[in-house]
Formats: sequence, structure tokens, C-alpha cells
Amino acid sequence: MMGNEGFCREFEVYGGDFYNAGRVSTEIKEILRQIGIPASTVRRAAIAAYEAEMNVVMYARHGKVRLELTPDLIRLVVRDEGPGIENIERAMQEGYSTASEEMREMGFGAGMGLPNIQKNSDRFTIRSEVSVGTELDIEIRV
Amino acid sequence: MTLAEVKEILECAVVTGEDRLDIEVKTGCGCDLMSDVLSFIKPHALLLTGLANRQAVRTAQVADVRAIVFVRGKRPDADTVALAKEKDLPLLVTDLRLYEACGRLYMHGLRGCGANQTTGDPE
Repeated sequence: MMGNEGFCREFEVYGGDFYNAGRVSTEIKEILRQIGIPASTVRRAAIAAYEAEMNVVMYARHGKVRLELTPDLIRLVVRDEGPGIENIERAMQEGYSTASEEMREMGFGAGMGLPNIQKNSDRFTIRSEVSVGTELDIEIRV
Repeated sequence: MTLAEVKEILECAVVTGEDRLDIEVKTGCGCDLMSDVLSFIKPHALLLTGLANRQAVRTAQVADVRAIVFVRGKRPDADTVALAKEKDLPLLVTDLRLYEACGRLYMHGLRGCGANQTTGDPE
């Protein structure tokens, strides 16, 4: 799907699929690198995408990552069907986590995911409804 | 510091990337938590970790890590090695504990990823 002056692509992420966790983010990173976006910007976008992807794998049933590119903006919209976040303010605090042992064994679930996304983005908003799902809107200026 | 030097200092076995030991790493980061790695590590660093699974390789790839040393003799499984090979990421293994491995590299001049760290030679 192509917009007037941009590029848009959507990727599927499945809850519990630890084997493929990170595949979408590395694919996004490769796309951004290939179109010539500066390495430091590509890295920020890849880290934000990876944390968001891991959150879907760890907590949700299913999710979609939409990558939108315009000449001056990388936008990642990550929408999942899952438990949602009860208290967004608390989830944004470093170290707060509801992760299981399995997630921690993968090196995640230390309560750094959402703060990491914020740190690597220029604009970050979360909308969430308990028992329905969560939507992250991440923008990174090029 | 080159990977060949890292290999010697840490008495490493090379799991994959034997032909890429001339790669240079600029800083080091010792960590088992991948989210912390993503939060703190600088580009072109060496990652030392006891987490020998696919997520370590994915994290390395996302954060522009140059190579991974698995500590405490942790050997990655065949799937993890295959993923690293596909991504051209050298993997090494040392029997040393994380603390000692980091300490040895630091003594040889490989600095950390902290805000106040420089990557120059030690005094």
C-alpha cells in the first residue's frame, strides 16, 4: 500500500511466538537502512520496534505493526488484541513489570520496554483498553 | 580492540565468525537483561552475556552490536548459531564469569557504555 508520497507496510506478530520474536523489527531495520536513513535514526526505530514487538509476543494474542514512512518521519503503529494495560502511568515507570518467568528467561520483562520506546522516539502515545488490547503510536523524525 | 584480542584475553572458543576476528569493538557491555542492553549499549559494542538464546542475537542485531561473548561456558543452541550466521554476527564462548570477563577486557583498555566513558587507551 503506498500513500501519496509515502510508504506503508504492515507486519503480523503472534503472541507466544518467541522463536520469531524480533523478526519483524529486524526486517523494518533492513528496510530503513536500505532507503538510506542515517544509522543512528535506524537504530532508534529498530529498538523501539523491537520492544513493541516483544510486548506483543509476551502479552498479547496477536498484533500488527504498521510502518509508515514519509520523507521526514518514521511512524510505527503497533496494535494488539490482548489483555490491555490497566495503569499506563505505572507501566511507563522503569522497573514496573507484570512479566512471567518465561519472559524473564528470554531477557525481557524487566519493566524497561515502554520507557525504552519513549526514550527512542520523538512522539509516543499509548491507548489501551483492558481485555481488548493496546495501541502504540511511535514517531521518529528523520 | 579486535575480536582476536578479545578471544585471547578471555580464552574464548569461537562458535561462529572465525573469519571475522579482525572486527573492532569500541566498547563493552556485560548484561543478561536484553531490555537493559537495548537501553544502554552503544553502537559497535561487544556484548558479554549469559543469555545464550535467539533473543541475544536479535538484540545484538537491533542495537548494532558487533559480536557476542557468552560467559560461564553457555553455548547457544544450533538455531541461535544459525541465526547469528545468517546475520554475520560472530559468537564466542568463554568459561569465565561475567564479572571476570568484563574486568579482564576493561584492564586491557576496552571501556564501558556509560555516559562518562571514553573509548581511548587506558592510562
